[in-house]
This record gives sequence, structure tokens and C-alpha cells, in this order.
Amino acid sequence: MIEATQLTKRFGDRTAVDRLDFVVKPGSVTGFLGPNGAGKSTTMRMIVGLDTPSGGTVTVNGRRYAGHTAPLQEVGVLLEAKSVHPGRSAFAHLMAQAHTHGIPRRRVEEVIELTGLQSVAKKRAKSFSLGMGQRLGIAAALLGDPATIMLDEPVNGLDPEGVLWIRNLLTELAADGRTVFVSSHLMTEMALVADHLIIVGQGRLLADTTVHDLVRRAGGDTVSVATADPARLREVLAGPGVEITGRGGEEELYVVGLTAREIGLKAAAAGIALFELTARTVSLEAAFMELTKDSVEYHGTTEISARAAA
Amino acid sequence: MSTLTTTAVPAAAPTPAVRPVYRVTGRRVLRSEWAKLWSLRSTWITLALALVFLVAFGLIAAAQYESRFSSGRHMDADFADSTAVSLSLFGTNFAQLALGVLGVLVTAGEYSTGMIRSTLVGVPRRLPVLWAKAAVFGLIAFAVGLVGVFTAFPIGSGIVSSTPAAIGISDSGVLRSLLGAGLYLGLVGVIGVALGALLRSVAGGISVLVASLMLIPGLTSLLPSSWQNHVKLYLPSEAGQSMFELHHGAHTLTPTAGLVVFLGWAALALTGAAWRLARTDA
Repeated sequence: MIEATQLTKRFGDRTAVDRLDFVVKPGSVTGFLGPNGAGKSTTMRMIVGLDTPSGGTVTVNGRRYAGHTAPLQEVGVLLEAKSVHPGRSAFAHLMAQAHTHGIPRRRVEEVIELTGLQSVAKKRAKSFSLGMGQRLGIAAALLGDPATIMLDEPVNGLDPEGVLWIRNLLTELAADGRTVFVSSHLMTEMALVADHLIIVGQGRLLADTTVHDLVRRAGGDTVSVATADPARLREVLAGPGVEITGRGGEEELYVVGLTAREIGLKAAAAGIALFELTARTVSLEAAFMELTKDSVEYHGTTEISARAAA
Repeated sequence: MSTLTTTAVPAAAPTPAVRPVYRVTGRRVLRSEWAKLWSLRSTWITLALALVFLVAFGLIAAAQYESRFSSGRHMDADFADSTAVSLSLFGTNFAQLALGVLGVLVTAGEYSTGMIRSTLVGVPRRLPVLWAKAAVFGLIAFAVGLVGVFTAFPIGSGIVSSTPAAIGISDSGVLRSLLGAGLYLGLVGVIGVALGALLRSVAGGISVLVASLMLIPGLTSLLPSSWQNHVKLYLPSEAGQSMFELHHGAHTLTPTAGLVVFLGWAALALTGAAWRLARTDA
């Protein structure tokens, strides 16, 4: 369990993390989402004590990370930035980490096997591909067999095979009953693995929600339907929980609360001819962009991003 | 203490099944730093280099002295005053660079590669890492120094045995000088470690190290001459030298005073390093 209270980090006069409050609950995959520069990495660095908060607190299992007698057993962390000496072999790197906690060699061999590094374990890290480097980072995160695993942008720059491997790993870790806290700027990636979402922009908390709720809030599942007589169709479709919008004089209506199938059946029963019947599921990406559009660090042409979002 | 033990029980309770109990201790951090040092190729190369410098330059100096003496060629006053000790310790100047640079790499190298993040995630209390690095590397540099000087001296003194520089290991002050040289090299290693941690930059650490051990003494000649002798003898380079000088002159410290002053410099550098490590984000 990770708890942040009014967590703040300022670098000079720039506020990277601005009074964040959130809780990462045990036994679930929590996605930490936000555009680049939203403060995700800084937040994760504060969780493990690499950066000192300018204000507020963050605790891991009820205590400051540095206050634990065996920190690697509380949280395993994969940081985005490289954290390995390129001249050291994977095995020597893991063994050095293990020594600090008295973790036996057996466990080092276990995590090497778990991450599929057996064949390169004795090679120096400088010869590693990005994907292998990521596996080494994850092996180090798993070393203390922690109940909480935190990964910063684990799929960044990986090839499809690597992405798939990470995705399966996250699912497996969660299935083991571990708490997984994973950051990304890719909503689609998160939607596949996360139950819970913490969304930040410019250091501020934008949403603490679930994938399902986020979609609903961003417009839900709308069906667009076109007919020669929209006024009559409105009457036919009207009912409790159904919301119909449309511009006067246009043939198209937008319906929330009915499925395309239900609309089609009702229209047929009423003898109304439909020209178009389309379910418009708001994509998660669009929902995410809608939420963060005011807080992305560098805007492209607004015109283009608005179209992409629509 | 009873509160500590009672709170420990519920804290461990939520985790199901049997989990091994790990714990970070000072000894384990030492063990980890020891393993880290030896698992890099650069350690082996640089230590070997330091050893070669110590032995080879000591022997070359002794051989040079012997050939000049026996051929009756002119020698500078400085060189003519040499003893078997000063000749065989000639390599110290070069070995100190190798060991000091490796010391800088031990800490600053972690910042340049990003390894420091792994290190501090493992030991988030931070300071034990610095103490462990300084202790491990200081001892290794001391050991290499001892091996080097105790190899160079017997051979070197054999070479000059029939010259005025001849002196044996049992002569007064010789053993102390040789030990002093080893200690000096160990402390140079510690200072390197501290400078690397203080500056977090390999280039910066090496520059300051070289400047303080080799360049600054030359700059003192710019001071008014009445100050020179007073300031100069407390500089790291001068104080360090007096640790292994066989005879101390009017303008050098005694070996013990030299050791104390040099220890002071090492402690100062370590304090700065500890302050930066504890206070600033990694």
C-alpha cells in the first residue's frame, strides 16, 4: 500500500508535483497516467526516497520507505532512467543488491530465471538491448519478493514482443496478489492491465478512477442514428434513462442509454427507416486526452490534437 | 525496547505464508560494496596499474641512482640526498593518481552510470553506503600500497646497497616510512571516494584530486614568502608526504603530525560528501 498526502515537489520555481493525494490499494494493478512531464517519475522517485518531497508525505506500508529495515522487501521498483553500471554483469549487479539485505544467492538465480536472463546473466550490462535491460531492472525489483511492485514506464521503447512480455508479467504479478503500480503515458496500454487509474497532469491529480468510470464520464457509449424524421424517432426512443441530443433541422441524433440493436428494433417496430446506425464507443485514448488536454506540457497544433480526440 | 518488539509482530502479520526476514545491516552494505568493487574490470586494471607504478618506478629510481653513483656522473642535490627509502617510494606519486582516480570512480562512477539509483533504493538511509565505500576502498588502497612498497623496498635497497643511499629495513624509521606510505595511499583512496561523492562527477572529482595533490603546492610560491612555509606544510600533498619522509626538516611536519593533518583533510572531504549525499536528491 502506497499513500501520498499533499505530496509536493518543487524544482526552483517549477512545481513538478502539486499536492497529490492518492492511495494505491493492495492486490490490484493501479495505472499512473499522465502526459510527459506530468510528474509521474518524480512522484515515484519520492516514494522510494530518491527525491525528498518539498511538502506533504508519502508512505509505503505505513512508513517512510527509508524507515523500513528491509526496503527491497516492501517495494520493488523499476525506474525509467538507467540504474545499472554497464560494466557489471547482470548476475553481479543483482548479487550486489542482494548482499545489502542478506538475500541468498538462490533468490538471485530465481529472479534471473523468472525474467529469462539465464543466457546473458554473466554478460556485462553494456551489451544488453533495451528489452534485456528492462528485464534486468524487473529482476532487481523482484529480488526482495516485495508485495508491491512499482514500474515507471516499463513498456517505453520496447518492441512488440517486449511489450507483450511486460503486459503478461503485470497480469501475473497481480494474479499473485501483489500490488502493482505502473506508470505510463499510453492510455491504451493501461486499459489492458489496470483496474484502477490515477491520472495526473502538470503535477496535479486529475482523476482517481476506474477504467469503466473514466469512459462513462467522458461521454459513455453514444449511438448516432440518422433518419428522415428525427422528431418522430425521438418520441419512439424516449424513455427513462435515455438521453437524446441532436441539432434542429439535421437528420442525425445522438442517443445515450440504448444500444444500437435496441434502437434498430424500436425504429423497425415503428416503421421508421434509418439511414445510419452507429455505436460510437468513446475510446479510452479520447477520454484520457479530453481529461488532460489542458495540462499537456507541449501542445502540438491544437487543430490536429482536437481532431484526433474526436 | 519492549515497544519495539511488540510493534514488530503486527507489522509482520499481514504477509501470509513464511517470508524470509531480510534486513539491511552495516556489514551487509560493506559486503555489497566489496562485491561491487571487484565485479568491475576497471578495478582490477587500475589496482594492477597502481602496483606496477609503485614497484617499477621505485626500482627505476634506485637503478638510476646506482648507475649515476657508480659511473661518477653528476647528480642534483636533491637526488644525491636520496636514501633507499626515498628511491623505492618514488612510485608513490604515480600510484596515488591511479588509486585516487579509482576512488573517484567508486562514487562518481555510480552517478554517471545511474547505478546510484539502484544503490540508494537498496540502502535508502544513504550514509552507510558512503562509509562502506570509503572503508572498503580505503583498505584495498592501503593493502595495495603496502604490497607495493614492501616489494619495492627490499629490491630497491638491494640495488643501492653499495652506495651512500644504502639503508636496511631494520634501520630506524624505515619500517615507519613504508607503513606511512601505505597509509598515505589508503587515505588518498578515501579522499578520492569522498571527492567523487561530493562532486558527483568523474571529471570534476579527478580534477580536484589532481589539483589538491599536485598543482596547489606549486601555487604556494605565489604567496608572500613569510607565509609560504606556514601554509604549505599543512596542504594535503605536503602533510601527506611527511607521513613517509624518513627525516623531517625544518619546514615539514613530523610523520605523526603529517598523519593527523592528512586525516583531517580526509575527514573534511568525507564530511562534505556525507552532507551532499544526505541532503540532496540523487
